[in-house]
Amino acid sequence: MAVFLFLSAAAALAEDYGDAIVSASIGDARNLIPLLASDVPSSEVAGLIFNGLVKYDKDVNLIGDLAESWEIRDHNLVIIFHLRKNVLWHDGHRFSAHDVEFTYQKLIDPKVKTPYGGDFERIKSLEVIDDYTVKVTYKEPFAPALSSWGMSVIPRHLLEREDLNTSRFSRHPIGTGPYKFKSWRTQEKIELVSNHGYFEHRPYIDRYIYRVIPDESTIFLELQTQGVDSAGLSPLQYTRQTDTPFFKKYYQKFRLPSFAYTYLGYNLRDPKFSDKRVRQALNYAVDKNEIIGIVLLGLGRVCTGPYLPDTWAYNPKVGPAAFDPQKARELLKEAGWADSDNDGWLDKEGKAFEFTIITNQGNEERLKVAQIIQRRLKDIGIKVSVRVSEWSVFLTENIDKRNFEAVLLGWALPREPDNYDIFHSSKTAEGQFNFVTYKNEEVDRLLTEGRRYFDVEKRKACYQRIHEILYEEQPYMFIYVPDGLSVLHSRFKGIRLAPIGIGYNFIDWWVPLAEQKYKVVNPNSKFKISN
Amino acid sequence: MLTYIVRRLLGIIPMLLGITVLSFLVIKLAPGKPVMLQYSLNPKISLEEIRRLEKLEGFDKPLHIQYLNWLKNLSRFNFGRSFSDGRPVTEKIIERLPVTLAINILSLLFIFAIALPWGIKCALKEGTFFDNASALTMFLLFAAPTFWLALLLMQLFCINLGLLPISGIASLDFEYFPWWKKLWDLGRHMFLPVLVSSLGGFAGVSRYMRSNMIEAMNQPYIYTARAKGLSEATVIYKHALRNAVLPIVTIIGLSIPGLLGGSIIFESIFAIPGIGRLFYEAATMRDLNLIMAEVVLVAILTMLGNLIADIAYAYVDPRIRYGKR
Amino acid sequence: MGSKRLLFGCLIIGIFSLLAIAAPLVSPYDPSSIDQAGLLMPPSARHLLGTDGLGRDLLSRIIYGARISLSIGLIAVGISVAIGLVFGAVSGFYGGLIDSLIMRFVDIMLCFPTFYLILAVTAILGPSIFNIMIIIGLTSWMGTARLIRAEILSLKEREFIQAERAIGASSSRIILRHLIPNAIGPVMVNATLGIAGAILVESGLSFLGLGVQPPTPSWGNILIESKSTLGVAWWITVFPGAAILTTILGFNFIAEGLKKKIG
Repeated sequence: MAVFLFLSAAAALAEDYGDAIVSASIGDARNLIPLLASDVPSSEVAGLIFNGLVKYDKDVNLIGDLAESWEIRDHNLVIIFHLRKNVLWHDGHRFSAHDVEFTYQKLIDPKVKTPYGGDFERIKSLEVIDDYTVKVTYKEPFAPALSSWGMSVIPRHLLEREDLNTSRFSRHPIGTGPYKFKSWRTQEKIELVSNHGYFEHRPYIDRYIYRVIPDESTIFLELQTQGVDSAGLSPLQYTRQTDTPFFKKYYQKFRLPSFAYTYLGYNLRDPKFSDKRVRQALNYAVDKNEIIGIVLLGLGRVCTGPYLPDTWAYNPKVGPAAFDPQKARELLKEAGWADSDNDGWLDKEGKAFEFTIITNQGNEERLKVAQIIQRRLKDIGIKVSVRVSEWSVFLTENIDKRNFEAVLLGWALPREPDNYDIFHSSKTAEGQFNFVTYKNEEVDRLLTEGRRYFDVEKRKACYQRIHEILYEEQPYMFIYVPDGLSVLHSRFKGIRLAPIGIGYNFIDWWVPLAEQKYKVVNPNSKFKISN
Repeated sequence: MLTYIVRRLLGIIPMLLGITVLSFLVIKLAPGKPVMLQYSLNPKISLEEIRRLEKLEGFDKPLHIQYLNWLKNLSRFNFGRSFSDGRPVTEKIIERLPVTLAINILSLLFIFAIALPWGIKCALKEGTFFDNASALTMFLLFAAPTFWLALLLMQLFCINLGLLPISGIASLDFEYFPWWKKLWDLGRHMFLPVLVSSLGGFAGVSRYMRSNMIEAMNQPYIYTARAKGLSEATVIYKHALRNAVLPIVTIIGLSIPGLLGGSIIFESIFAIPGIGRLFYEAATMRDLNLIMAEVVLVAILTMLGNLIADIAYAYVDPRIRYGKR
Repeated sequence: MGSKRLLFGCLIIGIFSLLAIAAPLVSPYDPSSIDQAGLLMPPSARHLLGTDGLGRDLLSRIIYGARISLSIGLIAVGISVAIGLVFGAVSGFYGGLIDSLIMRFVDIMLCFPTFYLILAVTAILGPSIFNIMIIIGLTSWMGTARLIRAEILSLKEREFIQAERAIGASSSRIILRHLIPNAIGPVMVNATLGIAGAILVESGLSFLGLGVQPPTPSWGNILIESKSTLGVAWWITVFPGAAILTTILGFNFIAEGLKKKIG
């Protein structure tokens, strides 16, 4: 009796192995060599197959992954990584420092079509001290360097004699991660199986199936038959279509801030926008809460600067400006814009205040935002046209050549706050990312300083000040940080919400045996989906 | 006739050259250049890196050199590599081809099987309630947006009735099924896509058929045939029909290049890994090798389709002759 | 019979055209007025056809949309039918070298990557409704040309045409008086369906940023926007769809009525 009790208690505590998770996504991966791919689907799948030296924990702090620990020496010029010793590649080969060295060589090889070379060009030398120690020396102190080692490490023994650009490895990857590659049917699905020998522990869920369903309405129908276990939702689906008893019973919903923001960027070379007061006026004239209410149905927050809310770089003292069309009119008047000919439109020196907002094709949210801004600026006498442009044309003709008045776009909010490329005045040449041509000496200085320190407190001072200046100067009208909305089938247990999201502890997710849906597949037995 | 066919087939080669030169020019002259959508505006990726990648792809060479290089590869049946993922263009097209062809051929057959007799029936009952109701139905199916029809049918068949799978072309564990079950599974997945892609096509074929049949039924020879005392069935199916199928032959000819086509909305809704999305993506990324492969394929099929139509005209209507006035 | 249909068709198209012309007078609201409190409202007394995702009145947007969609349908198809008719008739009637040249030109047009042509033209001339009508017209006549040619190939060998020739009638007389009226059936069908086609092509172009620019409504772009809200707001899909359907029916009646009159 006592033994029985003990056993059942243990069963209730322990996680069960087995089952599969079917995750639906609108795009297929392109290339599973992490050095060559930069699209979201590829990183999502490759992230389960490969490991970097470091990774982010649930609170967005860097911790070791393939590296057990690291030391920073010689006035922030040298990083020494101590690697884990018990790691095997999926083919059984032992992982060592030579794989790290090989990955580095490929990253800086001019013949390899990798877009990530930039951060690694700053390395003066990389030495393999022994099989499990790597010493990296930088030309100058570079704080984002540490996070750049989140780059996945690829196996030297398999790729040494391959041309990385055309290698079949891109569709048959072998890594060190918690899941092993099994099959890939283009634009259909990618299947991974759990790596029983994973160095942290064997993941509880046996199979990971990444299904490509390009249409969000179809994904939603699939959810209604429990055909997929995990998917993103649109604000409309989240607020108005998932409050049914069915969804409450079979799915858990998640709402977390996403790592991106939407903004209206002004071309600061345009005389209309060169006056700070005009940009501030536009910020007062547009009600961000209205935009969030209409476009995101309230599922988002007002954005005040280019840093992820609730992280150390974000300055909580920068509050959003109130919606105040009267103040906007006054500021515009101070800047010389008034309706002197009584035609309903503001003018200055005989020219009406009109401009065009360009945004990229295929993003319905941005199109709605543009139309709301258009309408609200009309209310204070500014004539705005909206143009949607096809991506390739948009980038090459408008952005790269600075041939625009205002653009509605979004930036990702990376975990590493360094945004030198976006706001430093040296990055304004054709094709570079400071396409609004923002120039501010203090910001330049702070950006340069921010990347030299490894000490978070010192960096914090720099970025929080930049945040403050940018909101005051308004090179962008910062609009919103949308919430990331998703659902997950309720049979999955072990999910822990954290600032970084929910996926960080995927290998700890599990399904109680009784609720498992996808049993081990046996070619002779009928594969049954139980509802 | 044979010399005519040979002449037309030989004519395809210079045409193909002409079309590729023109297409190459227009693609290059149109604004926008090849971009890795996922690279662009990604602050983690510097300008220098992008310029270096462009150079590796050979985009910095002059236009005519790029074209000649492409042509040289083509003469060895090498369409080059896709610049989005470095895979050979041929491989990318071939893996998408079976699904697209299967759906297009099945739906073309379905359209003709339903719409031809329907059109004839409407013509014979011209002006009746049946004719008018048919017109309304056909136009309704034609005007209804694909996504709407598709989602409505999915809701009905897959969720309310629970009869069919919603999306994709095979079940998750397809590879473990025995062959008969694979066939059954494919059929279940293909049913809705074929149905939806056919519905819109009914209108065209049935209306053409109807219009021509009415025309043919009013010709003097029909009256003659009737006067001779031939049965109504012989009159309709032997005499009138033969004269009414010409536009249908044209439509078939024009549909042949469409066998390789696919609509992006349709493929997205059913999550079908077809060729429509491949080429759409190629177009948005200016993936030149892939686009040019598409141009060549479509061109060959178009010209073959027109040739087949021209030959078929002479067959269904022996009065039409080629090669001389 | 024929004239009744003609009348009915004209009535439908006439009403739609009138609504389009008088849009500012008859539409109940400003089609671009945004209302956060009234998002995705179902049809009601206040908004007869409901509202869209920005709270704009759907009826007003459909009335204003008729301006763009009807004129694109009419003009684009007019251009395309005119070109197709001329090329098809000339090609079929004269045969030989002229036929070969025209048909090879048709082949080229059919194979040409139209997307880039449109991209290039809109880049040079700018995206405007007028340009779009022309472009759709110039790139969609090939089917008509082949249909007409096939009909004429067959017709010109018929007895009554041979008889005309024998009495020495001029080519243009034969083409205009006998061949085209007899070949008009398929063209009418083609044109009717082409109008709906053009309306949808416009929406595709708008989607790519090559068509009309927001917030200007067209039936096509209302339909495209409706897709993401279909699950909660059927009216945004159904009403513009119904408008397109009614238009096709109207043109179909006109076409059939006309055919009866000519034939």
